[in-house]
Amino acid sequence: MDENLKIELGKQGIVVTTLQELYNWGRRSSVWPMNFGLACCAIEMIATTMARYDLARFGAEVFRPSPRQADLMIISGTVTKKMAPQVVRLYNQMAEPRYVIAMGACAISGGPFKQGYNVLKGIDRYIPVDVHIPGCPPRPEALLQAFIALQKKIDGQHLTGEDRPRFLDAEAQGEFPVPEQGEHDLVPTSNKGVWPIKIQGLGTRD
Amino acid sequence: MKTVEEIKAAIEAAVPGAGVEIVLNPGPAAQHSLRLAPESALAVATFLRDDADLALDHLSNVTGVDWPDKEIAEKVKVTRTVAKTVDGVEQQVEETVEETRKRVEPGCLEVVYHLFSVAKKHGPVVLRMRTENRSDRVELPSMTHIWRSADFQEREIFDLYGVVFKGHPDLRRLLMWDEFKDHPMRKDYVEPDDYEYEPTPHDHVLARAQEHQKKIEAAGNKE
Amino acid sequence: MNVVDTKSEKHEGWNLPPAVAPDGEGELLEVSMGPHHPSTHGVFRMDVTLDGERVIRLKPVFGYLHRNHEKLAEGQTYLASIPYTDRLDYICSLTNNWAYALAVEKLAGQEVPERAEYVRVILGELTRVQNHALAVGFLLQDMGASGTPLMYGFREREEILDLFETLTGSRMMCNYMRFGGCRVDPTAEWLERARKIVAKLPKFVDEFEALLIGNEILIARTQGTGILPPDLAVNAGVTGPVLRASGVNYDLRKVDRYSIYDRFDFKVPLGEHGDVYDRFMIRLLELRQSLRILEQALKDIPGGPVMDPKAKIRNFRPKPGEAYGRIEAPKGELGFYLISDGGPNPYRYRVRPPSLINLTILEDMCLGQNVADVVLILGSVDIVLGEVDR
Repeated sequence: MDENLKIELGKQGIVVTTLQELYNWGRRSSVWPMNFGLACCAIEMIATTMARYDLARFGAEVFRPSPRQADLMIISGTVTKKMAPQVVRLYNQMAEPRYVIAMGACAISGGPFKQGYNVLKGIDRYIPVDVHIPGCPPRPEALLQAFIALQKKIDGQHLTGEDRPRFLDAEAQGEFPVPEQGEHDLVPTSNKGVWPIKIQGLGTRD
Repeated sequence: MKTVEEIKAAIEAAVPGAGVEIVLNPGPAAQHSLRLAPESALAVATFLRDDADLALDHLSNVTGVDWPDKEIAEKVKVTRTVAKTVDGVEQQVEETVEETRKRVEPGCLEVVYHLFSVAKKHGPVVLRMRTENRSDRVELPSMTHIWRSADFQEREIFDLYGVVFKGHPDLRRLLMWDEFKDHPMRKDYVEPDDYEYEPTPHDHVLARAQEHQKKIEAAGNKE
Repeated sequence: MNVVDTKSEKHEGWNLPPAVAPDGEGELLEVSMGPHHPSTHGVFRMDVTLDGERVIRLKPVFGYLHRNHEKLAEGQTYLASIPYTDRLDYICSLTNNWAYALAVEKLAGQEVPERAEYVRVILGELTRVQNHALAVGFLLQDMGASGTPLMYGFREREEILDLFETLTGSRMMCNYMRFGGCRVDPTAEWLERARKIVAKLPKFVDEFEALLIGNEILIARTQGTGILPPDLAVNAGVTGPVLRASGVNYDLRKVDRYSIYDRFDFKVPLGEHGDVYDRFMIRLLELRQSLRILEQALKDIPGGPVMDPKAKIRNFRPKPGEAYGRIEAPKGELGFYLISDGGPNPYRYRVRPPSLINLTILEDMCLGQNVADVVLILGSVDIVLGEVDR
């Protein structure tokens, strides 16, 4: 529909919308994160929900302790090799549509602890990540920006067609294999299809 | 607070044949320590806790230290007979040569205990114990029965260093998962090769990057 | 109320927590609390065996945040470890810096100028204020007082974090102290602002107390819950507010008199019963004492350098030797044990984590209690997983 006509009709008190717009608006305005803190970043995540930064403005203040009731997983902190299977399991238990924010340098790549023997070098080796926020820890404003970025992403999703999101694609991968704790390291060290990540214009990263 | 010498004398008076050794600390902190023989360690520790003057009731810190086998190169003068041709005649001549000999000092695992007294408000008294080697004779007595605070800390040392504490009520790995086989805090621990691209690798990261690259190339050649 | 008698015979039977027998009716239930649990303050896990509602066995499982701090520190210079100490107990980064700086100063025989000591005390006590405010907030959150007390705590914390940020450049990971002093000198404006914020804080404590102390639910749930006898507490190496709540007068600020704490007039609050209520009250009382220290320190702070001009930062190689330095961190005795072999990196770097060692007696405190009280008792110990697992 013509954008100008829509605005004109709006002035007359007639609201015109599409199913896709309405659907995405509903989803993006009530993203419920999982009550799940891993490390230092979790404190900043809690600070974001508190009075000064007030995450409730984005419809995301309801932190649910159960993965079944949550739409968004904020990986807030270092994922260790001991914790990684649990993170993947929790992600598998979440119902679609589900999103992941990798908060902080550790969740992205291992961060300052990257050289450690028990530190996973980025959670995107096992599960797909929608928004990465750099910082150690990221400020609450950065987490708010990540929310805005995620809302924009949800807004832009098409309900049909080739580029429809994973949860509307019956063929898409739903369960991600949970790594096992081996004698020296996690087995396997990454999930196929998730890692290596394809970055546009840069090829794969290994 | 008594000095280490006085504590040593007190221990030897109370526990005959304790075999306590003073280890001097050359640094400015001058926190000297006492090395205990593992056989008499429990008797000595009980004495230190219950003695009215010392009353070391607070075991603050338990540390594992790894001392790997050390190769020591020393120069030794050796005299030997060499066949030499002097003035066209073959002779047996004695000659003194300097030779570098390598000696391996066997390593060990060490456990360090820092004791304080809550009742008398003094400390620290530092105790140390050594295992016989780093591979199969790694048993030391557990202090958990004397100070409960040793419980988790000894489990951590068992996990990360591989010291087996005899008499510990629940000796399991503390930090790593149960299936894990290595002792990662040892100096010779080799990490799994999960090197990841870094824009500016340097030092040991660079070394790992180069090793990783070699492995990838070797794997590529096979295919 | 079924409180288990832990004082069987002195020095006997402490190697294991006392056994609690099931009542024989019904089946036992094994519950794994954590690592994903909203009330375990991070990724802490407890394997709990229940007989009905009663806890008869509780084994903590650690390591879900084991980030190899000690191994990393042994592979890098002394200076490079300071940012890592920030991330140990990530609520109180400045006291972690301080403990590490103190240990290295002992190792190298380094002096600290007077002004730097004052700045350290000011920042250390501000850290204690915000930690205790959060600890009480989280404890109440665990009890079911969802939101309000925690929001009160966070409101004051943001003010203090603003102070940290203007001085050090970071809200949480301050990376501020150096061997022989502090990184930057606080300006006169900063000190003025700190005075204003500190002057406002007693009102906050009043408000906090008015909100909480008389609350019937709080009293019913905390008094007589999770009793820790003083002799067991000392034997198990418990330190900090948890030890003092059991009535043991042991505060390193008074015992070791490190830094310049002997110049300030403050009291060490002590508990009587050693239950959750005492541990909660001790923190509120310590808040007031910290504010007293802060007032005195901000009044008396002298001029001068904040860094010893003779201190060596680059190419720092302490002489061979070892040192154990400890301070009274908000959670208890935080110690660093360093062995130097004369090189640029420490040969052995060990953190004595108060949070981990305070958990030694968690099982003793929880046995015989209801499962709902386990999160309460855990909250009253006040742990941070970054420090427990390192």
